[in-house]
Amino acid sequence: MDLSSNYLGLRLPNPFVLGASPLAADLDAVARAADAGVSAIVMSSLFEEQLTLQRLAYHEHVEAHADTHAEALSLRPVHPQLDYALGPDEYLEQIAQIKRRTGLPVIGSLNGVTDHGWLRYAREIQQAGAAALELNVYYLATDPEQSGAQVEENLVQVVRQVSAGVSIPVAVKLSPFYSSLPHLARRLVEVGASGFVLFNRFYEPDIDVEALELAPKLELSTPAELLLRLRWLAALSDQVQASLAVSGGVHSALDALKSVMAGAHAVQVVSLVLQQGTGVLPQMLTQLSQWLEQHEYDSLRQACGSMNMLRCPDPTYYHRGNYLRILRSFQRLVAR
Amino acid sequence: MIEKKTVVIDGNEAAASVAFRASEVIAIYPITPASAMGELSDEWAVHGRTNVWGSVPRVVEMQSEAGAAGTVHGALQAGALTTTFTASQGLLLMVPNLYKIAGELHPFCLHVAARTLATHALSIFGDHSDVMACRGTGFAMLASASPQQAHDMAAIAHAATLQARVPFLHFFDGFRTSHELGPVQLLSDESLRELLDDTIIAGVRQRALSPDHPMLRGTAQNPDVFFQCREAANPFYLACPDIVSQTMQRFGQLTGRSYQLFDYYGHPEARHVVISMGSGSETLRMCVEKLAQAGQRVGCVAVRLFRPFAGAQLVAALPASVERIAVLDRVKEPGATGEPLYLDVLAALDEHGGGRRPLLIGGRYGLSSKEFSPAMANAVFEELRAERPRKHFSVGIVDDVTHLSLRVGEPFDVLPDGVYQALFYGLGADGTVGANKNTIKILHETTELHTQGYFVYDSRKSGAVTVSHLRFAPAPFAAPYLIDQADLVAVHQFEFFERMDVLEHLKPGGLLLINAPFSAEQLWQNLSREVQAELCAKRPRIYLVDADRIARASGLGGRINTVMQLCFFAVSQLLPIELAQQAIKGALEHSYGKKGDEIVRRNVQALEAALAGLAPVTIPAEPSAQRRKPAAVPSHAPPFVQAVTAALLEGKGDALPVSAFPPDGTWPTGTSQWEKRALADEIPVWDEKICIQCNKCVLVCPHAAIRAKAFPEAALQNAPEGFKAVAFKSTGLPGQTYTLQVAPEDCTGCTLCVEVCPARDKANPRHKALHMQPLRELRAAERERYAFFLSLPEAERGAVHEDVKHSQLLRPLFEYSGACAGCGETPYIKLLTQLFGDRLLIANATGCSSIYGGNLPTTPYTVDGAGRGPAWSNSLFEDNAEYGLGLRLAVDSLRDRAQLLLKRLAPQLPAALVDALLSADQSEAVGIKAQRERVLELTRALHALTDADARALELVCEYLVDKSVWIVGGDGWAYDIGFGGLDHVLASGANVNCLVLDTEVYSNTGGQQSKATPLGAAAKFAASGKALAKKDLGLIAMSYEQVYVAQVAFGARDKQALDAMLEAERHVGPSLVIGYSHCIAHGYDLMHGAEQQKLAVDSGIWPLYRFDPARVGRGEPPLHLDAGAPTRSVAEYMGNEARYRTLEALDRERFAKLQKEAQLLAARRKEHYKQLAELRVTQGLPTRQE
Repeated sequence: MDLSSNYLGLRLPNPFVLGASPLAADLDAVARAADAGVSAIVMSSLFEEQLTLQRLAYHEHVEAHADTHAEALSLRPVHPQLDYALGPDEYLEQIAQIKRRTGLPVIGSLNGVTDHGWLRYAREIQQAGAAALELNVYYLATDPEQSGAQVEENLVQVVRQVSAGVSIPVAVKLSPFYSSLPHLARRLVEVGASGFVLFNRFYEPDIDVEALELAPKLELSTPAELLLRLRWLAALSDQVQASLAVSGGVHSALDALKSVMAGAHAVQVVSLVLQQGTGVLPQMLTQLSQWLEQHEYDSLRQACGSMNMLRCPDPTYYHRGNYLRILRSFQRLVAR
Repeated sequence: MIEKKTVVIDGNEAAASVAFRASEVIAIYPITPASAMGELSDEWAVHGRTNVWGSVPRVVEMQSEAGAAGTVHGALQAGALTTTFTASQGLLLMVPNLYKIAGELHPFCLHVAARTLATHALSIFGDHSDVMACRGTGFAMLASASPQQAHDMAAIAHAATLQARVPFLHFFDGFRTSHELGPVQLLSDESLRELLDDTIIAGVRQRALSPDHPMLRGTAQNPDVFFQCREAANPFYLACPDIVSQTMQRFGQLTGRSYQLFDYYGHPEARHVVISMGSGSETLRMCVEKLAQAGQRVGCVAVRLFRPFAGAQLVAALPASVERIAVLDRVKEPGATGEPLYLDVLAALDEHGGGRRPLLIGGRYGLSSKEFSPAMANAVFEELRAERPRKHFSVGIVDDVTHLSLRVGEPFDVLPDGVYQALFYGLGADGTVGANKNTIKILHETTELHTQGYFVYDSRKSGAVTVSHLRFAPAPFAAPYLIDQADLVAVHQFEFFERMDVLEHLKPGGLLLINAPFSAEQLWQNLSREVQAELCAKRPRIYLVDADRIARASGLGGRINTVMQLCFFAVSQLLPIELAQQAIKGALEHSYGKKGDEIVRRNVQALEAALAGLAPVTIPAEPSAQRRKPAAVPSHAPPFVQAVTAALLEGKGDALPVSAFPPDGTWPTGTSQWEKRALADEIPVWDEKICIQCNKCVLVCPHAAIRAKAFPEAALQNAPEGFKAVAFKSTGLPGQTYTLQVAPEDCTGCTLCVEVCPARDKANPRHKALHMQPLRELRAAERERYAFFLSLPEAERGAVHEDVKHSQLLRPLFEYSGACAGCGETPYIKLLTQLFGDRLLIANATGCSSIYGGNLPTTPYTVDGAGRGPAWSNSLFEDNAEYGLGLRLAVDSLRDRAQLLLKRLAPQLPAALVDALLSADQSEAVGIKAQRERVLELTRALHALTDADARALELVCEYLVDKSVWIVGGDGWAYDIGFGGLDHVLASGANVNCLVLDTEVYSNTGGQQSKATPLGAAAKFAASGKALAKKDLGLIAMSYEQVYVAQVAFGARDKQALDAMLEAERHVGPSLVIGYSHCIAHGYDLMHGAEQQKLAVDSGIWPLYRFDPARVGRGEPPLHLDAGAPTRSVAEYMGNEARYRTLEALDRERFAKLQKEAQLLAARRKEHYKQLAELRVTQGLPTRQE
């Protein structure tokens, strides 16, 4: 069965892409994922803020102690390579290494803070050999002074700047919390975005009621998260001229198929691989092929977007109807 | 960029550059001021630099200088070209091997940054007492007087020793030369190789100890042959001076820099000559040039080769016209007929003077880096001109006891024209020294100027003041002395105007650059009358900049260095400002990476704002302020503090005469209370409504600057306004009132207290019972409240529960030390003084704890209301356990004597009192208190007796109260240099307690690895992360079975730490408490110190346990584990500290490997301990040696 897909101009033999995760830092893990069949690798995000903080922390807690005491003019061994190491070089080197080791396209992932940082690191990721770039727009609008329009405008500016500054395709990893996602997506395409990844999953800290402190928590995705993504894939598919990827909630071949039907060109998997290992991927590929064969599809492309908002039999279900149907299901559940 | 052949480096680097390239094996041990030579060697080896033969020298750090010397001896014996570096006590530890090395005629060169030997006190500074203690070893001794000479003489020594087979000790003045930055023309590898003759090296290989051509060295000889064998080496010593002389000639041909065994400078027909060694000879040379220009027939001799002493050559170097000679020695040899160089010159003149004997006098100068200025040099010539010069004298001090000191006249300027002199007063933390080092580099690289930099640091570890002395000149100059008349003075912290006389050395009409948060008008208003008057008299051109504001706005915090550096260039005009700007930017990029690094960006932003913020200030003709400069210490301070400490605090210690000081090093305790440094920007404020009165904040405070008391409410009667007090929540002390008070001027603002505070406002958890607020707004009121707090009644030992909460009501007798903000060591010491302070003797190993514990000007150990308090002493680094054992033996012996006398006097004393005194249970504070009362009663009873025994007992009756002897030191002492002694003392069964403040690295000398350094941590000499596990000192001690052993971490389980200290003290026999001590060398913000300690325990990397031999008697396993199974990962712990993270940044794979191994190691050790904790031991073992 032909499972190939075109995502961000990359011709992928199948839609399964290893999503942004700590796995990218482990060359062996990436190689295992490649052997298991993923068609591209998304790097973990390069966080400009983290690089800056790390540099500043090193400066404040190591370098600042130099030349302060007669007996200890420094406290740490001298590493001429350390400046190199505190920069993004290692990250960039990892892109090249993954590419060499797996032969697969590598998609860089970047979270910037400053205009300068977005552009600088985007260019460096491109130079390191990334086939495309995913902008991880991890931004929480918590300032009452800032309007939704301002938030969107800032995003548009970043995408405009980065897209103009690099020649590789740029995808934007969005959160679901925008007033009008299709409108925003269309604007982003206008300024150069080639694709969208739905959605970013924000870290959600827990509350420690004993210590009265926030407790950082990282939960893996669950299949329950897929439905939100299906709806918005369906809403964007065919409505914006861009590649779409699903990220979060794909835990089976069927989940992947649904995503493709809703409009996804790529299916990012992370939690599933973290939980079950790369061995799960060949099974999914087989199951997906079998399903398509059993249902007499020519190729996966034939299914792509088939259930989007423009093509599905009754789009009202994506709106209010869907809501009503779930309520009915819920009533049935209560009755039982 | 001008092509220069020279580089700007200090004397240490200049010497090490040669030593490294001329060696195959380097064995070292860190010691100030020589540490940098070993560190550089290690750094170069790590980075693959090679010696002149193309191989990378093997660099090894040893456990002590004695160990380094042994390794060196072995390496020499087996045929490797070897070197080492040391100073002071370290050199003394090498002495036995120096005799061996010389006795076996091994070519070898040892480099010494000459430093004062500890006598009545330790001093890290420079003089020749250490090298002079090696005169008998048989080493040749070669002196250098400047960084360039340190380089040149190192090469000459390495070359000459090969040919002479006499080992060399090459030395230069600690700090003055070892730390002076100056232009040094480096020898190329080729030139150095040419000096080190390959054919002679072949001889070294042939003599090597090898089974392929075996022989024996190190025999034991008998009276029949030993003497002859010693004399057999004579020809080598006889030949040595000529070999050095020839080597100097060869060196001169290669480099154009020529030296003689004795270099004479001055008038060819000089009548008066001064002979000296080391950097002082450069000052004399400059002085002589000036005097000779003025027509005086004077000269000086710089001694290069001191051993073998070539008397004939010395006499030959002197002009025939010489009539009077003064010899200057930078050492004191009490009781000798003269100091060493003086005596050698005397003998040389006698033996080689051909019957002519000029008048000879000898003087001491420059002990412990005491300044030796041109004026002092001139004073020596003046003495030679005197009708009857003093035979023996000192110069540089005022000796009003034995009246030996020369009168020193007005400053004597001997510098050539055009030397620009600049003085910078800064804080260690503000980056002033770093910026000045960079300025020197910039001016060296971009101009033709000759540069010099020398940096003076104070001895505190928090809020340390630095004074940078920079000189620039169009022609070469020598000036190894401090700046007396500065063209420019930069005051980087405004408060210095209040604390010291920063204008003292400013030339009239000079430039004054000030960083202050004021406008020009405000600046004037904020100066005291004294400062205004001095400004009006000197009329400097003043420039003002608010560097703190600019630095803060640029995100640089308190690092004002870049701003002040550019302002210096702007006002000094030593470089066009655009060029300066560009050069600073270049240096920033060089230091912090080129790729738009955030540090660079922020600094560049600050640079851009700096010039705009710089403004000239005009001042009135007359002073207008009424406010006087505050006194250094309050008027109610004791007389000694008024007379001596105050002068030290004002930087006027040099002016104090000999009579001001005790002759035996005795110093009063409790002086830190008189120095109010007000270092914190913000101090904690107590919210009594939220506080749960746990007193954890009091326990963790490194500076005893937050304190709690419980007292009767009536004591509040005269409380100042705003003094907070609430009902004390305690069943142990019901009905009391409680307060928590901050010492606003002693707090360093580290926020450890806020971090450990567990009490949060339930409605607004961000608000804790302690929160930080600006000192500025609180200082006056809190000062008054703190003074009142101190007047409140103190808790009594024995009257409070021995838990964390109540123990912290006890008055700390260790307060306001100069330790780093957030120090992880001092809370243990403070706790020790709270628990046992009134009967505590401390033997303190050299290291951080001896520096913040006993370094002048003020010291933190203090006394309680009854005048009792810790008696503290530091002997050496290596002997601390033995020293503490000595204290114990003396205390026991005096107690024995008291008991003996008491028994003898018993018939004349109340029987019940005598019985009680002899059988008192003093295991707890209550028992101690009761015994004290009995001793008081005894004293009263003794008054009535006329017996001689009664008088004798009066002298020692206090020993009837048990004393608590604690042996305190860091891991460098306990794990490395002092381990043998510690081991012996633990094995001795003596009733001493050892407290190891384990920072897992040599903190005081700058972060070299010790055997306590954990696996995976990067430290000096373990730059790529230590690959082996930390030594398990506790486990070793447990093997004795009779030693009480505890491993504690006050930040993780404060109660366990407290219990361990109490149990250790009560254990009759030796005890060992190993305390986790977070440290700035770990590389993170120490406000998180307690949290990180908790993580160390929770991850299993720092297991908590108590091994109590007393448990055996109860049928229990002696080892008790005080922390459960690990709940967090070692990776999480390691991830928080730069000592691990730098490795992650450099080599992720190695980091991951070591991290994994560290995790496994923690698990393995935990398992090991778990099994041990189940082990029951057979009863009946001796627990104390009888």
